[in-house]
Amino acid sequence: MSTSAPPRRGPRVLPFPAAAGLARFVVARNATAFRRAWVLLLSGFVEPVFYLFSLGVGLGALIGRVTTDGGSVVEYAAFVAPGLLAASAMNGAIFDATFNVFFKLRYQHLYDAMLATPIGPRDIAVGEITWSLLRGSLYSGMFLVVALVAGLVRSWWALLALPAAVLIGLAFGAVGMFTTTYLRSWQDFDYVTLAIQPMFLFSATFFPLSTYPDALQWLVRLTPLYHGVALERGLMLGEVSWGLLWHVAYLLVLGVVGVVGTSRRIATLLLT
Amino acid sequence: MDDVLLRARGLRKTFGDFVAVDGIDVEVRRGEAFGFLGPNGAGKSSTMKMVGCVSPVSGGELSILGLDPATDGAAIRARLGVCPQQDMLDEDLSVEENLWVYGRFFGLSKREVRARAEELLEFAQLTERRHDRVEPLSGGMKRRLTIARALVNNPEVLLLDEPTTGLDPQARHVLWDRLYRLKRDGVTLIITTHYMDEAEQLCDRLVVMDHGRIVAEGSPRELIDRHSTREVVELRFPVDEQERHVEAARAVADRVEVLPDRLLVYTADGDDALAALHGRGIQPLSALVRRSTLEDVFLHLTGRTLVD
Repeated sequence: MSTSAPPRRGPRVLPFPAAAGLARFVVARNATAFRRAWVLLLSGFVEPVFYLFSLGVGLGALIGRVTTDGGSVVEYAAFVAPGLLAASAMNGAIFDATFNVFFKLRYQHLYDAMLATPIGPRDIAVGEITWSLLRGSLYSGMFLVVALVAGLVRSWWALLALPAAVLIGLAFGAVGMFTTTYLRSWQDFDYVTLAIQPMFLFSATFFPLSTYPDALQWLVRLTPLYHGVALERGLMLGEVSWGLLWHVAYLLVLGVVGVVGTSRRIATLLLT
Repeated sequence: MDDVLLRARGLRKTFGDFVAVDGIDVEVRRGEAFGFLGPNGAGKSSTMKMVGCVSPVSGGELSILGLDPATDGAAIRARLGVCPQQDMLDEDLSVEENLWVYGRFFGLSKREVRARAEELLEFAQLTERRHDRVEPLSGGMKRRLTIARALVNNPEVLLLDEPTTGLDPQARHVLWDRLYRLKRDGVTLIITTHYMDEAEQLCDRLVVMDHGRIVAEGSPRELIDRHSTREVVELRFPVDEQERHVEAARAVADRVEVLPDRLLVYTADGDDALAALHGRGIQPLSALVRRSTLEDVFLHLTGRTLVD
């Protein structure tokens, strides 16, 4: 028997939303839902491959060789492949964490239904972000195979390209879902596009950071995709140094902030 | 003591300045079918959300299954079934997948979930639609699936928020039949409704809510005996003539309620009252003698009708 003093907010809302260790069943729900739509799931994989052959191989024939920020000289296709790999992890995770999550949150009331069970807000955040990063990593993994077959992988360090893609997926899935909890209508998704598209084009994805004047280089260094691209490029071209850990740390912090923020927002929005 | 599953004392829910639930006292015992009856906005759904541990209590005491929702929310929810006002079914999944996936949210094993789903598909009369997607199902089927889903964890208490709102009469009767079976099997039902017939059909005991407060409590029979007369005569007159006959009606009745389209004449014997009115030369367009219902109780207590 309890006697709670008024007014009081349950610990499910503050300071850190609860979880019941059930996040994996949120992931399993998505896997079940996509059982019938796996073709749709695979469609996200083709875009970076098209870019690779159009820009890397096609345009690359005109460009020839480029000098990387790490100092080595490689043909353009090998230079751009890691950038596209990072971008595919980002796109896969972002797409799921924004459009799909928005629909579940605002229209399907899926999370309301989940919260009626022992599942807590943090289970939902962790489960959905895990699914997003799995989706991003799936695209990156498939892309990696294509890059390998095309002879664009230069180092055994590339084995770590996939875990790195998981990290990129985590960062973008988490921040993406956190952002989605603030979106009010489908029109607001223009802001998401507005953030993602310049990042895709200018985060040293298609040309080295050294191309930019100093001031702009610092701006680019602030963006999360830059850290993903730099990490993947270092691994796939074998330009490995302790400096890569900064990229790891940046992406990890972003992921944790996103997970915590998302948990809180779900509690604020749905446990009213 | 331990057969009291829900106990609220001075329970409050506020949203900023708005008071949705204004200090209610409620006790629900195991095996009971308990109802919250009231119009839209009376505070029923806010109460249900607090009981379902998805809405923090603003004030007062609340204990469910002997536990505190503020600290043991997940443990309480594991033993509750919730059938919300909106179906909230998973439209990306088939009928049976809805049951499987939801059961897993309670941490049940795959084997348990599959076995339970078989029973529940049978119970919800949806076995033949098990492979279908949710969207094409009728309103009544979706509602039954929602109830089946809420039962997947074998809950001790089933919360039903407006269970038959929006359903056609036949679908309502099918649903009521399912709910009787649950009650017979010992499941405690907590129901909100703004239909007095539903409350009379299903509830052993109920509270009448208005503006966040409880205005009466008892079994449907007790409430009617206490707050209304045995019979009611409903009189309809041509437009604009109703006003003229109110005085005459008051003379032959215990009480008269004036509604926009009719007079309700409260009396122990409807036929006697009607004969007396005829004796005074009053000829309504139509006259209906019926038993008092909870609708009349509500009208008497609040001066308003339940369903506008």
